[in-house]
Amino acid sequence: MSQATDVAAEERGQIESVSGPVVTAVDLDARMNDVVYVGDEGLMGEVIEIEGNVTTVQVYEETSGVGPGEPVVNTGEPLTVDLGPGMLDSIYDGVQRPLDVLEEKMGSAFLDRGVDAPGIDMDKEWLFEPEVEAGDAVEPGDIVGNVPETQTIDHKVMVPPDYEGGVVESVETGEFTVQDPVVSLENGEEIQMHQEWPVREARPVQEKQTPTEPLISGQRILDGLFPLAKGGTAAIPGPFGSGKTVTQQSLAKFADADIVVYIGCGERGNEMTEVIEDFPDLPDPQTGNPLMERTTLIANTSNMPVAARESCVYTGITIGEFYRDMGYDVALMADSTSRWAEAMREISSRLEEMPGEEGYPAYLAARLSQFYERAGYFENVNGSEGSISVIGAVSPPGGDFSEPVTQNTLRIVKTFWALDADLAERRHFPAINWDDSYSLYRDQLDEWFEENVSADWPERRQWAVDILDEEGELQEIVQLVGEDALPDDQRLTLEVARYIREGWLQQNAFIEVDQYCPPEKTFKMLGAIKKFDDEAFEALEAGVPIDEITSIDAAPKLNRIATTPDDEVDEHVAELKAEIETQLRELY
Amino acid sequence: MKEYQTITEISGPLVFAEVDESIGYDEIVEIETADGDTLRGQVLESSDGLVAIQVFEGTSGIDRNASVRFTGETLKMPVTEDLLGRVLDGSGNPIDGGPDIVPDERHDIVGEAINPVSREYPEEFIQTGVSAIDGMNTLVRGQKLPIFSASGLPHSDLALQIARQATVPEEDEAGEESEFAVVFGAMGITQEEANEFMADFERTGALERSVVFMNLADDPAVERTVTPRMALTTAEYLAFEKGYHVLTILTDMTNYCEALREIGAAREEVPGRRGYPGYMYTDLAQLYERAGRIDGKEGSVTQIPILTMPGEDTTHPIPDLTGYITEGQIVMDRDLDSKGLQPPVNVLPSLSRLMDDGIGEGLTREDHGDLKDQLFAAYAEGEDLRDLVNIVGREALSETDNKYLDFADRFEAEFANQGYETNRDIDETLDIGWELISMLPKTELNRIGEDLIEEYYVEDTGADAAGSAEAPADD
Repeated sequence: MSQATDVAAEERGQIESVSGPVVTAVDLDARMNDVVYVGDEGLMGEVIEIEGNVTTVQVYEETSGVGPGEPVVNTGEPLTVDLGPGMLDSIYDGVQRPLDVLEEKMGSAFLDRGVDAPGIDMDKEWLFEPEVEAGDAVEPGDIVGNVPETQTIDHKVMVPPDYEGGVVESVETGEFTVQDPVVSLENGEEIQMHQEWPVREARPVQEKQTPTEPLISGQRILDGLFPLAKGGTAAIPGPFGSGKTVTQQSLAKFADADIVVYIGCGERGNEMTEVIEDFPDLPDPQTGNPLMERTTLIANTSNMPVAARESCVYTGITIGEFYRDMGYDVALMADSTSRWAEAMREISSRLEEMPGEEGYPAYLAARLSQFYERAGYFENVNGSEGSISVIGAVSPPGGDFSEPVTQNTLRIVKTFWALDADLAERRHFPAINWDDSYSLYRDQLDEWFEENVSADWPERRQWAVDILDEEGELQEIVQLVGEDALPDDQRLTLEVARYIREGWLQQNAFIEVDQYCPPEKTFKMLGAIKKFDDEAFEALEAGVPIDEITSIDAAPKLNRIATTPDDEVDEHVAELKAEIETQLRELY
Repeated sequence: MKEYQTITEISGPLVFAEVDESIGYDEIVEIETADGDTLRGQVLESSDGLVAIQVFEGTSGIDRNASVRFTGETLKMPVTEDLLGRVLDGSGNPIDGGPDIVPDERHDIVGEAINPVSREYPEEFIQTGVSAIDGMNTLVRGQKLPIFSASGLPHSDLALQIARQATVPEEDEAGEESEFAVVFGAMGITQEEANEFMADFERTGALERSVVFMNLADDPAVERTVTPRMALTTAEYLAFEKGYHVLTILTDMTNYCEALREIGAAREEVPGRRGYPGYMYTDLAQLYERAGRIDGKEGSVTQIPILTMPGEDTTHPIPDLTGYITEGQIVMDRDLDSKGLQPPVNVLPSLSRLMDDGIGEGLTREDHGDLKDQLFAAYAEGEDLRDLVNIVGREALSETDNKYLDFADRFEAEFANQGYETNRDIDETLDIGWELISMLPKTELNRIGEDLIEEYYVEDTGADAAGSAEAPADD
């Protein structure tokens, strides 16, 4: 939360009642969504209901010990975030308080309450390089200068969207804090590196466009079968233990976005710690610089206050939108949106609102779609193009996809990666079910894959899908009569499907060469299996017994291509194809 | 301290009283009944002029003339190192006949969230001596790994075995004296179960490094919502201020959740799934998340909560929400129990999320990760084939399939089944794993690196295994 603007104690009221994170106050003159400070300790909260003289506030901190009669102070401002250089390489709680600063201020490993800190360091000096001169005309959203924020990312300083704009009067160059004016306009407006923006409001854009470029994830099953577009939306639902977090983290590490915003919403503390410890050491696959230099983390773990969990997704996407305005491709991971929905439910039930399905508030669907609609491929106000891709994990109770959060999410998102407990149990990772998952971006992204990887991409993908479908049908028969009862050609199809599943779809996030698979390798690996398929069926037609076909020496190698380093794949696959050909043709 | 005789309503575990001062949320209340008993409770809701109080010991004996005193502070746990070796009731009062506790400090039992920035990622392997855990679902220091069980299954035996055998092998070798403590929080367990635990603690001498909290089945249900918080506050104190490595066993979480539901119902809240309160996820998270390590602190809190799944249904809200918060689960299985497996751990639905960072070269052994993946895959395959065998018979299956079946049988009989008194070190566990996996031809081992197969594959078991694989007669 922003502390940049001093809180002029505009209005004061008194607490009337306290029930967990919900506090009511009387005699408080406030607007909906104003930020207020509650009680003697000044706990931060937000106005969520006004009824007559009674104002209801959700409090972002523990309320133990807070009692009626204590003061409530209105700031008169909605919940905002501080935008400016310094957001990357930071880790925030749900209301953008930097957790490392809190640790220092509190002097303890435990989160105390009533401590606030601005989202970006207000005293740090940054090098500002102007891109405009005195006499230039600028409009809201225009870029007026550059700040090297990290080695990887140049932070663009923009005219805030709520300015009028006009002719530049003077421009500064050199090192400044984010609050110093760096560009002054003739109409008296002063532009700083720091902006504020209310989190519940989308930043303005020129136009939303149809995405045509894939967000390359380096995961074979995603890039190969269910690709996500830059500016697209995806949901990963799955029961516990099916690998949502591992998938989200792989995407955060390897997706070819410029900026990654990772929101740990109501999840485990140790998981966030893993990210905090790993990311500074991991290299960004595109630049080689530490991953943290392009990443903002938002950690609101499950035991942190529930109201801040409700706000953390908004904080995250507002930060994402700011970088999108600079023309960057942003990928936002929200793990997990179910916890966010549950936070809404918890607040709603404390407000004694009429519940909708399964106790969730009736506005659940509206809130979800508002959030996902902030994703997209945009032409920005300043003419640049940028995107926000949103990948939301969903944690359905009991793994049952028919529950409200999953269903309402599926109505909005265009990519669905269904995690499967059965696959997870047999340690088939990523445990994404290929029958249930889908991507509606597939067709609009084909052109890109044809141009950049291979003209055969759509065709080969379809081949793999067909084999897997056929396997699914055959497995039903196998369950009844056993594999040996099938005719040889069907047994061979099962064998090929097995290589697709085990050699291609499975990917080991814990082996370095296999963590990230470039699309070319994804394509080539499938090519090798296709080669085996073609040659094996020819051998079968020539009368070779199936057992001899499947037991050639080269076949098991199909399962090991993944562990070949990227630069040796071409050669390795070519050799393997040749081996398959020779060994199978020797048989007839 | 002002006294009120203004009770307006008594309903289940709740008392409502009128007040004319500001009463803080969560504040502790003392209620004195006509008989002179003092009951303790906590403010659940505080509004101008009226407070709702949840009474820990139950509301029986309270009438409208009972006097209500507000202590002005939230519930605190008196903590000191001297708690080790003591047995307390569910509210933290000694019941072992020992001396009064002289606290060093008094800590708020609600506890504060550990700042994710201050945490240290857990990756120190704890050897429990149980193959199904060490080999397949490894526990590490600072993890929260629940046991998903059901009524009538021997989860207590497993928990006691872990408490008895748990060590950190690296430290043993280095000769470091790691100070180890057990905090045991019982919620609503029967006197008989409690006796079993106590007898085992006394038999093995574990009691002197343990703190025991006992809320028994006939103790007030509402007290159960306090017991785990008392236990965890003590555990945090011992770990982060006194440097102990604390293993916290909480049993049975199902009773805890039932108590939450009871209070929710009494407050006439809008219920969530199956009548449990909508905030149960948050509430459970506030318990389970109190495990971990802190950067720069010596000690750690490792949690093993035990829960009995109603109807053995993992999708029931209690195991479901637990699974979403904890870092994995150890699942007990009734079929395996009736086969006589000790412990009857079903490794397939079990999981340890922190395992991959706690095993491997320098931690356990270089082959651990690959071997574990292969054992999982092979056992899952064998399990699938069992269904098929029931329909078509063994003869209709290929030779390889038959090997998978034999493997699955031996995996249960030799790997998982080890008895509650056997303590296997990690090498032994992995060697048994290799012996079993070597029943399969090398070409089937696609999860294991070739160099590891070269080094560890046991060449001749494949041949004679078929003969000896009749051991566990499961049909």
